[in-house]
Amino acid sequence: MLTLDGLSKTYRTGDSALSDVTLSVPKGQIMGLIGPSGAGKSTLIRCINRLVEPTAGRILLNDVNLVGLGKSDLRRQRRRIGMIFQEYALVERLTVMENVLSGRLGYVPFWRSFLRKYPEFDIQRAYQLLDRVGLIDHADKRSDALSGGQRQRVGIARALAQDPELLLVDEPTASLDPKTSRQIMRLLTEVCAERGLPAIVNIHDVPLAQQFMQRIVGLRAGRVVFDGPPDRLKEDALTTIYGEEDWNTMRQGEEEQSQAEADARDRIAALAQ
Amino acid sequence: MTEITRYNQFWSHRTQRERLALWIGWLALVALFVWCWQIMTTDTIWFFVSDAPRQAADIGSRMVPPRWSYISELWVPLWDTLNIATLGTLGGVIMAVPVAFLAARNTTPSATVLRPIALFIIVASRSINSLIWALLLVAIIGPGLLAGIVAIALRSIGFVGKLLYEAIEETDTSQTEAIEATGASGLQVLNYGIVPQIMPAFWGITVFRWDINIRESTILGLVGAGGIGLKLQASLNTLAWSQVSVILLLILATVVLSEWVSARVRHAII
Amino acid sequence: MTGTSAPTSWRRPPQIIKDRRWRIAVQIGIVVYLVLAFGSVEVNWIRVYDGLERGQRFIMGFLQPDFSSRWRDISQGLIESLTMTLTSTVVGVAISVPIGIGAARNLAPRWIYYICRSIIAVSRSLQEIIIAIFFVAMFGFGPFAGFLTLSFATIGFIAKLLADDIEEIDETQAEAVRSTGATWWQVVNYAVQPQVMPRLIGLSLYRLDINFRESAVIGIVGAGGIGATLNTAIDRYEYDSAGAILLIIIAIVMVAEYGSSYLRKFLQ
Repeated sequence: MLTLDGLSKTYRTGDSALSDVTLSVPKGQIMGLIGPSGAGKSTLIRCINRLVEPTAGRILLNDVNLVGLGKSDLRRQRRRIGMIFQEYALVERLTVMENVLSGRLGYVPFWRSFLRKYPEFDIQRAYQLLDRVGLIDHADKRSDALSGGQRQRVGIARALAQDPELLLVDEPTASLDPKTSRQIMRLLTEVCAERGLPAIVNIHDVPLAQQFMQRIVGLRAGRVVFDGPPDRLKEDALTTIYGEEDWNTMRQGEEEQSQAEADARDRIAALAQ
Repeated sequence: MTEITRYNQFWSHRTQRERLALWIGWLALVALFVWCWQIMTTDTIWFFVSDAPRQAADIGSRMVPPRWSYISELWVPLWDTLNIATLGTLGGVIMAVPVAFLAARNTTPSATVLRPIALFIIVASRSINSLIWALLLVAIIGPGLLAGIVAIALRSIGFVGKLLYEAIEETDTSQTEAIEATGASGLQVLNYGIVPQIMPAFWGITVFRWDINIRESTILGLVGAGGIGLKLQASLNTLAWSQVSVILLLILATVVLSEWVSARVRHAII
Repeated sequence: MTGTSAPTSWRRPPQIIKDRRWRIAVQIGIVVYLVLAFGSVEVNWIRVYDGLERGQRFIMGFLQPDFSSRWRDISQGLIESLTMTLTSTVVGVAISVPIGIGAARNLAPRWIYYICRSIIAVSRSLQEIIIAIFFVAMFGFGPFAGFLTLSFATIGFIAKLLADDIEEIDETQAEAVRSTGATWWQVVNYAVQPQVMPRLIGLSLYRLDINFRESAVIGIVGAGGIGATLNTAIDRYEYDSAGAILLIIIAIVMVAEYGSSYLRKFLQ
C-alpha cells in the first residue's frame, strides 16, 4: 500500500508542480492519473521513486517513508518500485535479456552486473518474464531491433524483474498505435492482477483510462480535483480537470480515434471473410 | 585582395549602416594584415627569399632519384613508429576515459572541483602539440621510444577526452533514468545506462586518434623520441636528400594506409 | 508459464565478431602484438630514474613559471607567432577560395578540378613540420618560412572543406540563377557565395586557431615563433621559462578557441 501525504513540489524556477497531494493506493489497485499536460502527472510519478526530489510531504510505501532517505537506503527502496516509461527507455544498444536483467541491478553487486554473471535464479526469472510478455524468442536481440509494442513489453518485464511492490507507469501508450496500446494496457492490468500489485498509471487517453483503470484521479495544476471510479468520470468532472476548451478538442480527438478504430475493425472483418 | 572586395555584392541587400560596419571590418582586417606583415618581415633577409627558387631546384635535383637501397634500414624504425602510435594511443585512451567521465556534466562527481580540473587537463593536453610534449619528455626521461609513447599518450588525452565527454553529455537521459529507477548504484548506472550509449563514439574516436597518431609519430624522431623521424633527422643533418625522399615516400605510404584502415574500421563499427 | 523449465544460464551473445574462431584469432593476435610491441621498447630505467628529478623540476617550473628573466625572448617569439598566424591565415584563405571553387565538381571544368584536387591532396598529406623543414632549407631560418608553411597548410584545409561545401549546396538555387541567363561569375556570386560564406568565415576562424597552435611547433625546426623560444628554453634546461611559455600557449589557445567559437556564433 502506497500513501502520499501532503506531497508538494516547487521547482527552482518557482513553478509549483504539485501542491498538497494526499492519496493512498491499496494493494492490487490500478489507479489512473489523468490531467492536461503540465498538471504535474509526470512529476507526481517521479517524486514517488525520487527521480524528482519532493519539496514537502511524506511518501509511505508499506510504512517506509521514502522522503529523506540517504543514498544507499533510497537505492534499496527504489528496487521495490518498478517503473515503466513513455518512450520505453530501454538501453537501446543492449540485448533484450540485458535490459530485463537490469531490473536486478539493485540486488546484485557491481562485479556481477559488470561481468553479466547474474545468479541462476535471476536468469530463470528473466526468461519466465520474457515468456510471460511473449518475447522469449527475442532474448538475444538488441533492443533497438524491436518494434514499439515489443519494446514496451521488455519495459514491463524489466520492471517486473525487480520483484516490485508498486508499479509506476508513465504514459505507457503515448508512442503506440491504438491497437497496440490496448494490448499493452491489457498486459499491464493482467500482470498487476496476477501479483496483486498496486500501480499508478499516468495516462492522457481518457477512454483508455476508463476502460482499464479501477480508479481515476484527476490532476489539475498540481492539485487533485477528481478521485473516484471510472464510471463517475462524467462530462462535468472532465471539464473540471481539463477546462472547457481542452476537453472539447480532446473529445474531437476521441471521436476521430473511435472512427479510426471502427474503420480498422471493418477492414479486419473484411479480411477475415 | 580581389576576393575580398567582391564580397560586398553579397552583402549589398543590407542596410547602409551594416554595409558601413562591414566595410570598416574588412578595412581593419587589411590594416591589421599589413601591420602584422611588416612586423613579421622586419628581420627577413630578402636575399634568401629571392634565392629560394634556386635553392628549391638544387634540393629537388638532389632528391631524385631516391636512394631506394636505403629502405632496408627503415623497416625497424617504421615498426617503432607504429608501436609509438599504437601504444601511445592505448595509454592516452586509458587515461582519457576517467578524465572524460569527470569532465562530463552529467557524470562528474563534483562539478565545482573535479570538473574544472578535468577540463584543464583536456585543454592543456590539447593545446600542446605532441612534438612539444616529445621535446619536454626527451629532456626529462632521455631520448628513445618511451618518450615518444608518453608524448603521444599525453597529447591523446585531450583529444579523446574532449570528444568522449561531449558524447557522454549527449547521451539519452531517459535510458539512464530508467536504470537509476531500478535501484542501481552509481557505477551500475554508468555501466548500463551510459557506457552502451557511448561505445560506438568511443571506438570511432579511438581509431580516429590512432590514425592521427601514426601521422604525428613519424616526426617525433626529429627531437629524438624514436621512430622513423630519427632517420629523417640523421639524413637531413648529413644533407642526404636522396635518403630524405625515400623516407618521405615511406611516411606518405604509411599515412595513406593507416587512413584507409581507420576509415574501414570506423565504417565497420558505425 | 513454462515454470521451472526456463534456462538458468545466459551468456551475452558476441556483438562484433560473430564467429568464435575469428574472435579467438583476433584476441591472440592482439596479445601477440602487445608482447612484441612492449618488447621492442627498450627503456633505460637508470636514465628514466635520473629524469624523475628533472621531471619534478619541470612540474615545479610549471607551477612557478618564470615570465620575467627571458621576457624579451618570449615576447619576441610571441609577436612572431601571432603575426605569422594572422598573415598566413589571411593569405592561405585568399588562395584557398579560387582553389576551393576550382576543386568543386559542380562548378569547375574537369581538368581544373583535377589540378586543384591534387594541390589539396599534396597540402593535406604533408605535415606542417616536414613542409617547414623544406621552407627553412629554401628561405632560411625565421618567421618567413613559418608564414609560408602555415599558408600552405591552410590551403589544404580550407580549400578541401570549401570545395566539399560547394559541392553540397542546394542546386535549385544555382539553377534558378543560371536560368536567368547569368554568367558563370554571376552564378558563383549570387547562388554559391551566399550559401557557403558563413561556413567559410567559420572555417577561417577555426583555422586561425589551428595556425596558432602549429606556429608553436614549427619553431622547433627553425621556422621562428614561440616554438623556437621554447626549444631554446628546454635546451638550456630552463624549466621555469619553459613552463611560462607553455602556460602562455595554453592561455592563448583557450582565448582563441573561446573567442573563435563566440565570433562564429555571433556571425551566424
